[in-house]
Amino acid sequence: MYRETQIIKETSPGIVGETGEFTINVGPQHPATHGVLHLVITLSGETIMKVEPHLGYIHRSIEKMCESLTYRQFIYVTSRMDYLSSHINNHACALCVEKGMQIEVPERAKVIRVLMDELTRIASHELWWGAMAMDLGAFTPFFHAFRERESINEIMEETCGARLTMNYNVPGGVMQDLHPDFQRKVKEFLKLYKSKIHEYDELVTGNIIFQNRMKGVGILSAKDAISYGCSGPTARGSAVSSDIRKVYPYGIYDKLEFDEVLETGCDSFARYMVRIREMQQSIRIIEQLIDNIPEGDFQAKTKAVLKLPKGEFYTKVETARGELGVYIVSEGGTTPYRIKFRSPGFSNLSVLDHIARGSKIGDLVAMMGTLDLVIPDIDR
Amino acid sequence: MSKELLKFRITEMLPSASFDESGEWLNVEVTAAEWPTLAGALCKDSHLALDYMFCLTCIDWKTHLTMVYHLHSTSFRHNIVVKVKLDRAKPEVVSVCKCWRTAEFHEREVYEMFGVNFLNHPDLRLLILPDGWEGKNPLRKDFEDPINMIRL
Amino acid sequence: MSVKQNTANDFPGQIHENPGGGIVLSKLDDIINWARSNSLWPLTFATSCCGIEYMAVAGAKYDFSRFGFEVARATPRQADVIIIAGTIVNKMAPVLKRLYDQMADPKYVIAMGACAISGGPFFYNTYSVVKGADHVIPVDVYVAGCPPRPEALLHALISLQNKIKAGMTREQIRTDKD
Repeated sequence: MYRETQIIKETSPGIVGETGEFTINVGPQHPATHGVLHLVITLSGETIMKVEPHLGYIHRSIEKMCESLTYRQFIYVTSRMDYLSSHINNHACALCVEKGMQIEVPERAKVIRVLMDELTRIASHELWWGAMAMDLGAFTPFFHAFRERESINEIMEETCGARLTMNYNVPGGVMQDLHPDFQRKVKEFLKLYKSKIHEYDELVTGNIIFQNRMKGVGILSAKDAISYGCSGPTARGSAVSSDIRKVYPYGIYDKLEFDEVLETGCDSFARYMVRIREMQQSIRIIEQLIDNIPEGDFQAKTKAVLKLPKGEFYTKVETARGELGVYIVSEGGTTPYRIKFRSPGFSNLSVLDHIARGSKIGDLVAMMGTLDLVIPDIDR
Repeated sequence: MSKELLKFRITEMLPSASFDESGEWLNVEVTAAEWPTLAGALCKDSHLALDYMFCLTCIDWKTHLTMVYHLHSTSFRHNIVVKVKLDRAKPEVVSVCKCWRTAEFHEREVYEMFGVNFLNHPDLRLLILPDGWEGKNPLRKDFEDPINMIRL
Repeated sequence: MSVKQNTANDFPGQIHENPGGGIVLSKLDDIINWARSNSLWPLTFATSCCGIEYMAVAGAKYDFSRFGFEVARATPRQADVIIIAGTIVNKMAPVLKRLYDQMADPKYVIAMGACAISGGPFFYNTYSVVKGADHVIPVDVYVAGCPPRPEALLHALISLQNKIKAGMTREQIRTDKD
């Protein structure tokens, strides 16, 4: 089942024998790894024989820490886990505690959460787009991406009080009500964003050099994507329907109109297109909700001390990178007995060795870029 | 597929499996010796089609360890949870990365965090912890590290 | 040696106007410090969340190239300042030390965010986090926040410039003693 080095040797001509192989290290301090990922790559000439990820350079023992934090406290740690979609991480944790406590969340809070989720998703994809284009040698897209990202950060800051790590979700709803300017600001952002989105395609997507670097690179079949546990845009680029918002709707996603973005290309370009098109779907969701925020409470009344009943609770949500699972095992106390975060990046990274074998070292950056790895999310 | 059908199907594969239906999903409890047979049958069976393992973890219950496998079917959208009880002093279970390849990374994580020895694993090494941490299993409940850990 | 609160434009020394051109009277040390402080090249060293705010500072809205920081280098051999943006864990600590050793003198360090200052939110009950990057390498400027706002990082960068101009960084003091 594993693609052995021998197979590549037989199929690709021009590769010398055992003596021609050598290893190089990429990372842990390398700009293209987007953090502190360490890859040990076995090469024969320029052909990749094996990629071996070494993790743990940002392992902060979050799971151990959470065992001594209460159900209200542990949420803040998760926004440092996958900091690009921190609001969605908080949402997953809040959902899991609510499931255990059987708290009914007010409709207004649900809408606010979904709005924030989608804004976060756009911000995350923006950053991915800029950083990935920079990895491939284009510096300008980075500035375009940050122009739109800053306006989202401003909206976040007004309502949540922080630009990046929001901690806006609490069990039972959200921490405080929306800022009075929220609707106006979001509408302004939508207007700005729609007038700029064509620039993305003009600058990068339609560029023939960019397309040549992405197409046919990092082929991942649907069967392999499922077997390796890929989720999110990585899996949807291989036409695997895996959007948790559609499969296991949470919040108010079942009442919204949006499409699950699927591409059939199975290569890096397909994964790229999924994210670009997903941003437009997020815009569609925000447009449906922004004028229809129901009145009412933004938080359900909960006890000061939360105690989950004895049992096991699992929730999954769709972050910008894929399926995030929160698995809480409770013994009935105020702190979780065991907590496991099933992070999307961990499984998505495991596929890198499989898709990179047999391709050239120069293509590795394109593959890593489209897997959209956030290292603290992988290491936890 | 409903819980009853899933239960019926799994009982056909492994008559000795015990079930717990109290949770959201069907929980199947098997022993470590029976698990490889069931795993092989589960991933091959076309009616269940449990092709997607979305979570693999372990829980330390102080008296024993429990391996927890969350399985999902991408074609029929049903889930099951398989639990395997392990001896805490000498935890050993057969690796399932032949059936679900994502298990390779997840099992390496469980190996270093809980010290579970996965038999037939192609590459059982430390993944996250630095060298020299073999045998120290930080997610076990009795783990103490007076040098690095400041207790609140 | 006194700490001068110079702005970025202040040139050290006095200008004596003469017919046909002026004469600048200054100390060579001051001119070197002035030159160094205005072209600091940071190393792209981001381990976690603070790295995103660091990128925001590099972006068009905050734009640290106004102060001479825009040439972010991926190799320590070409960099002057490490901005430790994120948590340092036990496995990363030797790497950070090595990067610092590889940098050419004079070199400066900014600890950005609570994690790099003291371990921050990961202080208690963690077995893998270094409780402050200054356990590994010496730090010149600390920036509080989790993550700090871009303005806070800009302030830290300007503080570092002032510190260099005044000859008050750890390295300059050490050289003076020798």
